Amino acid sequence: MSDEPREPMPPPALPPVTRRSFLFKLGLGLNALAAALVAVPLIGYVISAVVQTRADQAWIPLGSIGDFPERQTRLATYRNPFRVAWDGTTADIPCWVRRVGGERFQVFAINCAHLGCPVRWFPQSGLFMCPCHGGVYYEDGRVASGPPPRGLFEYEYKVSQGSLWVRGGRVPTLSQTV
Amino acid sequence: MGSSRLRAAGDWLEQRLGLRPLFEGSAGHLVPSNASSWWYVFGSATLVCLVMQIATGICLALVYVPSADQAWESLQHLDFEQPFGWYLRGLHYWGSNFMVALMTLHMIQVFLFGAYKYPRELTWLCGCLLFLCTLGLAFTGQVLRFDQNAYWGLGIGVSIMGRIPLLGESLTSLVLGGPILAAETLTRFFSLHVFVLPGLVITLVVLHLRMVLHNGINEFPTRGRGVDPETYDAEYAELIERTGEPFFPNAIHKDLLFSAVVIGSILACAAIFGPKLPNGPPDPTLIDTVPRPDFYFLALFSVFALLPPYMETFLIVYVMPVVVLALFAIPFVSRSGAKHPADRPVAVAGVVLVMTTVMTLAVLGLSSDWSPHMDAWKSVAVPVEMVEGRSPLELRGAAVLQAKQCRNCHALDGSGGKRGPDLGDVATRLTEDQLIRQVLQGGGNMPAYGKNLSPPEVAALVAFLRTLSPADAAIAQNSADPLGG
Ligand code: FES
Repeated sequence: MSDEPREPMPPPALPPVTRRSFLFKLGLGLNALAAALVAVPLIGYVISAVVQTRADQAWIPLGSIGDFPERQTRLATYRNPFRVAWDGTTADIPCWVRRVGGERFQVFAINCAHLGCPVRWFPQSGLFMCPCHGGVYYEDGRVASGPPPRGLFEYEYKVSQGSLWVRGGRVPTLSQTV
Repeated sequence: MGSSRLRAAGDWLEQRLGLRPLFEGSAGHLVPSNASSWWYVFGSATLVCLVMQIATGICLALVYVPSADQAWESLQHLDFEQPFGWYLRGLHYWGSNFMVALMTLHMIQVFLFGAYKYPRELTWLCGCLLFLCTLGLAFTGQVLRFDQNAYWGLGIGVSIMGRIPLLGESLTSLVLGGPILAAETLTRFFSLHVFVLPGLVITLVVLHLRMVLHNGINEFPTRGRGVDPETYDAEYAELIERTGEPFFPNAIHKDLLFSAVVIGSILACAAIFGPKLPNGPPDPTLIDTVPRPDFYFLALFSVFALLPPYMETFLIVYVMPVVVLALFAIPFVSRSGAKHPADRPVAVAGVVLVMTTVMTLAVLGLSSDWSPHMDAWKSVAVPVEMVEGRSPLELRGAAVLQAKQCRNCHALDGSGGKRGPDLGDVATRLTEDQLIRQVLQGGGNMPAYGKNLSPPEVAALVAFLRTLSPADAAIAQNSADPLGG
């Protein structure tokens, strides 16, 4: 080691901006921008299913009210109002229609309020039973027994010009009923 | 002369390809000689399954049509018309079962041998992600079968997601590709199953293997010796120095043998049991269906049936993610210390507990006694000895029992639904008053039948139920009644 008095250290200098380092940074920046520009349509495309750009419910006719005998519960089917040509059989959605009397109806979603299995109506005992975990509902949709946390999901309905209409189009869950 | 020519040609090629360093850093890397063990074969066997899944999957995708209106038909074509179609479907189906099973064994072995400890924490983490991705592949694959089970199974999945507060609705739409299960749902799952998840799995496998090579394969644990992060690296280097041998060709023989057995078993299972056939077209209006998940999800299916309802949402939304996080966190919580299973009784007990629980739940899920037997009321007769010599009123009661679907939940001497108690000996348990009350008001998981049974029907039903007791058993009596009254 030498004893020579040393020059004071110069303050740590930034590496000099050369043409090369400038172009490197510019290149990085431009690519980041390009990636962001690509990401916008990609993300928008994927989450378009979530961000509702159109209504997810519509009024759908279930048929003439004459098809539903008084004080009885019948299976009805409607076509998904937002179907596409290649939906196949999945476009046909079943529901249970109970004609309480006159123009008073109850239209229940087929899906059990527990975990969505298709409930079946048994007119003899006046009960809906679920094949999955044994949820049972009374004819008016109230829980009779089993794990369902609430009664059957009910569609909004209206009677217009002798026909029964329901507002449908989405699958009912606990966070979003029909 | 010939061999020296060959060597020269080899050298010429090697000079251009430079494979030797690659080989020495991969298949030829040194492993401790004690790591050549039958316990260490599950990881490589899982990888072999993955390769088979990719090969059979690509072939299936040549024919399968991922469209909601034609997927089911294309499976019929694959199963019955396409040459070898049924067999490839069988291989893919059984391959997935084997892959999940072997991966689970691999994970258990790694856990029991303490292989996740320093310096292999990230290898474990990566493995956990692989586990989740593989289960994701299993679930999405089950959806591609696009039959009734797939349709309603997805319905169950969506209902589970719908329970997540705030995000439920968005998640549902994201998964279904819209507000309802339809064409876009299938194409989403197809894309996940054939592009997204396999891509992720391949990336993670590469990372996983890179870390295995970089940190070295875990040495066979020794009793009484643990991991001390301060000294471990030096000890491992010394072990390799002393006993290291190249994985290929010295230590690979057990992996090779086991992999051959695994492939053979998959080939045999596919040939003997065939593929899992789709169970009915995905037509939601065919509601006479009893959805069941594939084996790997049966345990989960059982959990939802057996939990008390008030715990369900809590468990799904909060406990399940915590369990997954706990799995990830294992190597960071237990980073050092004993490796040998005999030194870690709690770890062993934990594995036994978890596996017993999962298997028990899965087996329960196979029979799912909690589900009503939806056709029992019209397909399972009252046993003859229960109607022989009965009065007209009691016979009328037996008819009521059938007609009102009681049998869907209640068995008579073992036949019928198992959701409620077997009624074959109900007279020994409930008095007449208790029976009437139970039928009219329900309770204890039974609906109240008060509104749907007329008083004469109730009288007949209870009269019949009062005759149901084993020959020599005493009938339940109201203790307030005088004896013999
Ligand atoms: S889905 Fe209906 S009881 Fe569980």
